Amino acid sequence: MVDITANIAGLKLKNPTILASGILGVTKDSLKYAVQNGAGACIIKSISREERKGHNAPNMHAIEGGFMNAVGYSNPGLEKAKEEFQNLKEVGAPVIASIIGQDADEFGYMAEKFLSDEFAAVEAVLSCPHTPGYGTLAGQGTPQATEEITKKVRSKTKLPLFIKISPESQPIGEIARAAEAAGADAITAVNTMGPGIHLDIYARKPVLHFGRGGVSGPALRPIAVRCISDIYQSVKIPIIGCGGVTTGRDAIEMFMVGASTVQIGTGVYYRGPEVFQLVCDEIKAFMEEEGFKDIKEMVGVANN
Amino acid sequence: MKIENYLDKLDKPIMLKIADRVKETSNVDTFYFNYCLNSQPGQFVMLWLPGINEKPFSIAYDTGELFGLAIAQVGAFTEELFQKKVGERVGIRGPYGRPFWKEKDAKNVVMVGGGYGVAPLATLAEELTTKGVKVHFINGARSKGLLLFTDRLKQLDVKLYTTTNDGSYGEKGIVTDSFKKILKQEKIDLVYCCGKEQMEKAMFDLCEEAGVNAQISVERYMKCGIGICGACSVDGTGAPTCQKGPVLESATLRKITEFGKYHRGGSGKKEYFR
Ligand SMILES: Cc1cc2nc3c(=O)[nH]c(=O)nc-3n(C[C@H](O)[C@H](O)[C@H](O)COP(=O)(O)OP(=O)(O)OC[C@H]3O[C@@H](n4cnc5c(N)ncnc54)[C@H](O)[C@@H]3O)c2cc1C
Ligand SMILES: Cc1cc2nc3c(=O)[nH]c(=O)nc-3n(C[C@H](O)[C@H](O)[C@H](O)COP(=O)(O)O)c2cc1C
Ligand code: FES
Repeated sequence: MVDITANIAGLKLKNPTILASGILGVTKDSLKYAVQNGAGACIIKSISREERKGHNAPNMHAIEGGFMNAVGYSNPGLEKAKEEFQNLKEVGAPVIASIIGQDADEFGYMAEKFLSDEFAAVEAVLSCPHTPGYGTLAGQGTPQATEEITKKVRSKTKLPLFIKISPESQPIGEIARAAEAAGADAITAVNTMGPGIHLDIYARKPVLHFGRGGVSGPALRPIAVRCISDIYQSVKIPIIGCGGVTTGRDAIEMFMVGASTVQIGTGVYYRGPEVFQLVCDEIKAFMEEEGFKDIKEMVGVANN
Repeated sequence: MKIENYLDKLDKPIMLKIADRVKETSNVDTFYFNYCLNSQPGQFVMLWLPGINEKPFSIAYDTGELFGLAIAQVGAFTEELFQKKVGERVGIRGPYGRPFWKEKDAKNVVMVGGGYGVAPLATLAEELTTKGVKVHFINGARSKGLLLFTDRLKQLDVKLYTTTNDGSYGEKGIVTDSFKKILKQEKIDLVYCCGKEQMEKAMFDLCEEAGVNAQISVERYMKCGIGICGACSVDGTGAPTCQKGPVLESATLRKITEFGKYHRGGSGKKEYFR
């Protein structure tokens, strides 16, 4: 029998697939829905201090081999989100909070006011490429900003802290090192790349209302895999792989360059919520075929 | 591990010319497009006005060669849409969602439509009546001028009941009154319903009391229409309505704790029905 349980910064997961932030995750019950479909853990849609309407639609669409989005961090704001995310045991798997802020102080405020012991961990997102005031558009993708924000959040919470970084921040190993030095427990690599632009040539306009958006799905995967490989060679803390995981093969690829678990976002589009169960089955089949007993045995083998 | 076919999915709008526009009531127009959509009654499309926004609309007609959307002018987006003339282009993607379906043993059914909800049911009635299903069709509105598709319904082989709150046309009253009367006289196998949520909830409660199964179209705020963004997830099941609905049957509706109580706006904040 193969063992596909996973452990990330002290969290024990029944399998290594995690629902990525911003896919479903607006409500507690939608997290439950992901878990019922096989997710080993789930991350809520990112929460800001105040309510945000986000950008007008279209907020997302597919392209050949990938996906574009510019949601603009729509969320009900800290107070309403606190009401929403209670009694999280009912979800049936670890629930990870996701917080955003316009600067280190706001990140600190979010950590202090929003996080409760009900969450299994917190992911601080420094890497959205399409929301003015946040992420890479607010300069949060530099080693200095990463260190400053990580420190602030670290000082306000005891929860395991994941820092979610951008594939555009280079050299990415240095960003990860800054997060590690400031007290992060794991690195989530990566957020969407870009922003990119995709036009409808008949409309003579970008399809996304915001005009540009983050690229995810299979198109992002080779970039994500390279980022994970770089980070693995730069830090000691574990890595949560993210970007284009659609099949078990893709998850295994991320393990082999150094990820301990993976997040799945756009995969939900391609294969439905069942993607979690399918990816787990495919990982198991590969492990049986190739004689791996534990996911840990695969982590980093491609970098040795 | 074959993945190639998953990657064939390519949900993005295509620009279609408005082929025709027909005024239905003071605030509802049907917009026609010459395009083979291949939809089923109860499904919807996302309609994009470049530079403005993108919103969900049910498919009111689909002949295989053209389709129509019956749209009520209610706010900023629909006001912009009503500025569009025949020949101008808008973006369309879909069809999306789970449609109404025929149930094998349902031989005597009731359809209840309010507002633009009448359109998908009329399409469904066209289909079911040719397959030997007896259809009672209840069309309701506040007053005569707001009744939709009265001519279209008259052409159907259905038993038609029309109600207006003020009695300006058909029977004075509301759709649930007609439904109660039908229930007293006949054994109904199934109820199809599409309209305002409070009406749908009242119909659902009556169905539950009478032990009649229902298929009801539940509308929620939609952004992606493809089961990703979570905007339309309903409490109780957590499932996205755009994908697992909009048409839901009684067994699922019983689990949806927010049905008839609240929905959510674009930020995810709850808004209670009044
Ligand atoms: C599955 C489905 C089918 C629909 N079919 C039709 C139809 O056939 N004909 C029709 O006229 N309308 C239909 N609607 C409703 C239509 O989407 C809204 O009327 C439209 O979005 C209003 O936009 P507005 O800016 O003009 O008005 P607003 O002032 O923005 O809103 C008016 C109302 O529309 C609702 N609404 C606004 N945006 C959305 C959104 N993105 N998703 C869902 N509801 C929204 C609001 O909650 C509010 O109640 C349908 C909605 C859904 C979910
Ligand atoms: C529609 C959509 C919304 C997203 N919203 C968020 C968000 O709110 N917070 C966040 O940290 N990442 C967000 N992301 C990024 C994803 O969590 C993920 O990092 C990225 O999509 C790459 O993974 P994937 O290819 O598996 O989707 C979003 C992605 C998509 C497609
Ligand atoms: S509208 Fe995005 S999940 Fe339904």
